[in-house]
Order: sequence, then C-alpha cells, then structure tokens
Amino acid sequence: MENLVYIALFAPFVGSLFAAFFGMSPRAIFVGVIASALLFVSFVASAILAYHVYTTGGVVHVTMMDWINAGDLNIPFGFVVDQISVTMMTVVTLVSTIVHIYSIGYMSHDKSFNRFFSYLSAFVFSMMVLVMSDNFAGLFIGWEGVGVCSWLLVGFWYHKPDQKREDNPSISPSWAANEAFIMNRIADLGMLIGIFIIYWNTGSLQYDEVFAQLPYLSETVLTTAALALFIGAMGKSAQFPLHTWLTDAMEGPTPVSALIHAATMVTAGVFLVIRANPLFSMTPEVSFFIAALGTFVAFFAASMALVNRDLKRIIAFSTLSQLGYMFAAVGLGAYWIALFHLAAHAFFKALLFLGAGNVMHAMDDELDLFKMGGLRKAMKWTYAYMGIASLALAGIPLFAGFFSKDAIIETAFNEGTYVLWAILVITAGMTAFYSFRQVFLTFHGDHRYKELGIHPHDMYGYVLIAMSPLAVLAVIAGFGMGYFEAFITKLLPAYEMSHHTHELILYLTAIVLVFAVGGILLAYKKYANGLKRDEKCENSFIYRLLANQYYIPQLYEEIITKPYAMLSEIFWKDVDLKIVDATVDGIAKFFYNSGDSVRGMQTGNLSNYLNWMAVGSVVLLVIATISAMLS
Amino acid sequence: MIGLSHYLIVSAIIFSIGLVGVLRRRNLLMLFFATEVMLNAVNIAFAAISHYYNDLTGQMFAFFIVAIAASEVAVGLGLLIILFKKYGSLDLDDLANMKG
Repeated sequence: MENLVYIALFAPFVGSLFAAFFGMSPRAIFVGVIASALLFVSFVASAILAYHVYTTGGVVHVTMMDWINAGDLNIPFGFVVDQISVTMMTVVTLVSTIVHIYSIGYMSHDKSFNRFFSYLSAFVFSMMVLVMSDNFAGLFIGWEGVGVCSWLLVGFWYHKPDQKREDNPSISPSWAANEAFIMNRIADLGMLIGIFIIYWNTGSLQYDEVFAQLPYLSETVLTTAALALFIGAMGKSAQFPLHTWLTDAMEGPTPVSALIHAATMVTAGVFLVIRANPLFSMTPEVSFFIAALGTFVAFFAASMALVNRDLKRIIAFSTLSQLGYMFAAVGLGAYWIALFHLAAHAFFKALLFLGAGNVMHAMDDELDLFKMGGLRKAMKWTYAYMGIASLALAGIPLFAGFFSKDAIIETAFNEGTYVLWAILVITAGMTAFYSFRQVFLTFHGDHRYKELGIHPHDMYGYVLIAMSPLAVLAVIAGFGMGYFEAFITKLLPAYEMSHHTHELILYLTAIVLVFAVGGILLAYKKYANGLKRDEKCENSFIYRLLANQYYIPQLYEEIITKPYAMLSEIFWKDVDLKIVDATVDGIAKFFYNSGDSVRGMQTGNLSNYLNWMAVGSVVLLVIATISAMLS
Repeated sequence: MIGLSHYLIVSAIIFSIGLVGVLRRRNLLMLFFATEVMLNAVNIAFAAISHYYNDLTGQMFAFFIVAIAASEVAVGLGLLIILFKKYGSLDLDDLANMKG
C-alpha cells in the first residue's frame, strides 16, 4: 500500500518533469500522451487505495523522510491516506486525467503545448501534496504550489495585451494571473497566522496531535485559529470579499478553468475546513459565520450569473455559488455532505467547462452568448454533455447535483436557520435559470453566429469519448450517496436530520424542485426561441449593477489599487529616493570624494613617498607616546 | 668621562643625518648611503647599550645588522646598476612613472 501512495503522489510529478524537458521544443503529441498516461496511473493507484480504505477501513500513513528538525519543531514529509484524502485523491486524479486527455485536443494548435502539460501535471502534484499531507506545513506547501501553478496557467497566454475593463473585465491573462496570485497572498497571510497560532499553542503541526490537544485550549485561541484558517480558505475558494479573481481567472485556457478553477483547487478551502473539522466544530460562532458567508456568496454569485453574457464567466459564477453551498454545509456541521457536494460538483462542473471549451473551439474563441445560438445541430455531443451537466447543476432529480445540493438545503432547514434555507432555495432557482439560460442561448434558437461567418463543428472524437466518464458520473454519482455516507462517517462526524425534518423532507424537496423547474421553464420561455433583447431591462439599474459585478472590481480599483499605487509613488519618490537612496549614495560619494582629494599623494616619486612614510612614522610615534603617557 | 648618553646622542645625530638624507636627496645612490648611515647609527646605539648592560646580545645583533646591510648593499647596488643601464639616470624625479 505504501508504494501505491508514492505512485499516486509522484506519477504527476514525473509527468511534469518529463514535459518540462520538452518545454522549449516544438509541440509534441507524445508529451501530452505520456503526461496523461502518468495521470491515469496516479488515478488507478488512488482508486486502489480508495478500495483498500473502503474495504478495510484502515488508514495508510507513510512518513517519507524528515523535513524540518529544529529544537522542538519536528515536521516530517508525511502523507496520510484516510477517508477524506482518498476521496479527494480519487476525484482530483480522475478529473485531471480527463482534463489532460481533453487538453491534448484542445491545445493541439498551441505552440506552447509541452509547457502547458508541464504546468498542468505540476498542478496535480501540488494538489496531491495538499490533500495527502498529514500536517499543516505540508498542506501549506501544496496550497502555495497550486497557487503558483494557477498563476502560471491563468497567465499562460501572457503575451495578450491589456485591454480596457469595459471591453474585457479581466483586462489580460497576465493581469488576471497577478490578481489571482495577490488575492491569494492576502488570504494566505491569514492561513499562516492560523498555522502559527496552532503551533504556538499545541507545539505540533501534525493533524492528529493538534486535534488531540484542542480540548485543552482556551476558546479565544480556538476562535482566532479557526478564523485565521478560514481566511486562508476564503482566498483559495474565492469567497466574498476575495472573490473577484475567480471570474477573471477565466482568461486561462479552458481546461485550466475546468480543472483548477472549478473542480479542484478552489475546493481546497472547503477541504481545509473539512480536514480541520474538529477545530471548526468546537467554534460554533466561526462555523455560523462560515455558513452565513457561504449562503451569501451562493446568492451573490448566482445573481451576477443571471445577466452575464460570457459563457465561461457564467460557469465561474456558478462555481462560486456552489462553493458557497459547500461552505454553508461545512458551517452547519454537515461536513460529509459538503465533501459529497464537492465531489459531485467536481464532476459536473468540469464537464460543463469542458463543454464550454468545445463551444469555444467551435466558435473561434468567441464567448459572447448573444453571438451563439442554434449550435445544437452542429454539436450534438457537446449539447448532450452540457445539458446533462446543467441538469445536474440545477439539481434535477436523479442527477448528481440533486442529491448533494438538496442535502445541503435540508441541512439549513434542519438547523433551524430558516433565513439561510430560504436564500439557498431561491439560489437553487436562480442556478437553474442561469444554467439553462446559457444552454438555451448557446444551443437553441436562431443561428446568430452566422453573421460572424463561423462554421461550428464538434470536438475531436477522442476528446468527446474522454469526457464521457464525467457525464456518466454527473448522472449516477448521486446514487452512491448512501455508500459514501457509510464510508466517510468513519472519519467525519455523522450528520443526522431530525425527526421533524424527516417528516417534512418530501415537501422540502418539492419546494426546491419547484424553484429549480421554475427557473428552467423561465429560461426556456425567455431564451429557447431566439434572443429577444429587452432594451428597457438591460438599461435598468439592477441589470447594470449585476452585469458589472456590483461594481466591486471598480470599487477595489478605486479604494485599494489606486490609493495603494499613489502611496507607493510617494514612498518611492520621497522615502526611497530621498532618504534611503540618498543615504547610500552619500556614503559612496564621501569615499569617492575623499579618495579623489588624496589622489595627489600618489606622485610616483619615491622621494615623496618616503617623506609621507616619515610623516606617518612620526604620527604613529606621537600617538604611541601619548597613549603610553595616558595609561 | 664618556658615558652612555654621549653614545646615544651621537647615534641620534647620525640617525637624523641619515633621515634627512633619505628625505631630501634625489639620487638613489645617495638614498642608499643615507639608509646605511641610519643603520649604523642604530648599530652604535646597540653596541653602547649592550656594553652598558653587560649583555652581549646587543653587540651580536649589531653584527647581524652589519652582515645583512652588506648583503643588502650587494643586491641593491646590482639593482641600481640595472636601473641605471635601463634609464640612464638614478634621479628619482626622472624615475617617477607610477603617477596616479
């Protein structure tokens, strides 16, 4: 079993290094094939480990080597494969394998093909370190690793020039990459502080040792640690107010959006809270804050998705919204439901993004929904895939999203937080509306793309086949809920619905369903038969507010970026140039000038030198005499 | 009676003459002579003090200095001859080619 752990962990790393060797050479398909094959190896190893953990219930814990051994601080490179991490490993490697294969087709015309695979596999390796580590330090390494890979991949097309915010809300890939990285740095400070607090108070960073010590810590310490860790989670999972980077990160290639900014990396925040569940379940205030914030983000992001015209941005907003659902669940103590939604969401959201990638491929990278329409005939498979994924996202019965999302909404009801419940139900309706607005605008109605002279065609066959496991899982994953509960609650606290909720469960489900179906029907009525633009509605205040993301990016620019730039300029011109540089230059100038002024001594004439020598001897003699007399 | 102080005064005077020679003369050969004068001024002081304390170490040291000064002159004069052959002059003002 130990070897399998190493294979699962290092196969992506080997793939990344292999691809990196060919980073500067021209596009070579075999690089992509080998990277994908290694990912598949990693997936198989993860699946075997999952089976092992499932059947035996045992935890595989390996310590590869000592890492930091200084005084009382002892941090090994240790990896743990338990119910939580094996779930994440399987999901991550499965989605990554599919995305790798997809990328072979999607990136086939890109000249940096090999480099792309190197980054993508490096990302998977970092993600595996993140989920498998048995201590907070290892988790942090993985956390930063995925951040770097995200930066590299969002800015993959770094050569694209900056645009105005009105033309392209993300400005440029390199701008979006920097935004994502900087936002995450802000949050990571919180995370680091959390880790410091934990180490300071427990003297260890190993999960099991830390969690064993938690009952002896004071409430203040627990609350601060939980809050600080959650700030880290907020950055990685793009929760309000650090959410703007996620939609801008859509500037990256679509497979990256599918893998990193939908299925895996952004769920790391949820994973962190689930992993540290003993800590969070002891701090009810923080947990409630998480639930409230999650619910707010679910609604907030869904509202922005309602009016957006950009195919990928809508899906990004829906990712944000679904992350909100997950946080609502963890905040309410339903950790395993959140993990289940995380897995189900990874499948259908990756499918949705890959479908969007197919559409982009067909539409010559056009993303404006208002310029698509009627693609159904040309792209049957993509239509089916995106339809399935949208049904799952909307929470239609039998599809994966129905089970997991419904469970979260029921949890909110069960906890007696009816306000949260109501918001989540309304959000479910909005989710259904915007998902199907997108499907109908893309695939139904009039053929608006013809004006652009585009001849859409479906993706390569092998890519479509590679996507099928995700489609199958988006349909059937929900049926595994019972097994998953039995499996995961060996480690995570079980969550029982009260008797009262059980009685009402049919009504609750029915209410959610009414909203979901209502949303779909509304979208059908409005968009399925061609696009009728409503000028009055589009110019209304609310529409413009939502289309501009509540003006939050502009607000950040005005109140943070610009004052910061001004302050930096003041510090540069007044403090740096006039004080720091002036001091350093002054010292250098003093020596330069003094050297210049005594240069005259060097006449080249031996006689002069001898005179100076005599003067020096006399001076030394005088000094020696004086000091001898004084002492 | 001639005592230690007389010897030391003579030594100091000779040393000063040597020093002034080193500082004022421009001819390298003269500089050489001046350093020899200074060395021998020191020798006088050594011998006088050695006698005063009835300790032979100082006189031995003086012998060493005489021997070393002799070999130094041998090497130094050799160099001076080469220098003279090369530049045709031993005047320090003519030999100043390392001006900074």
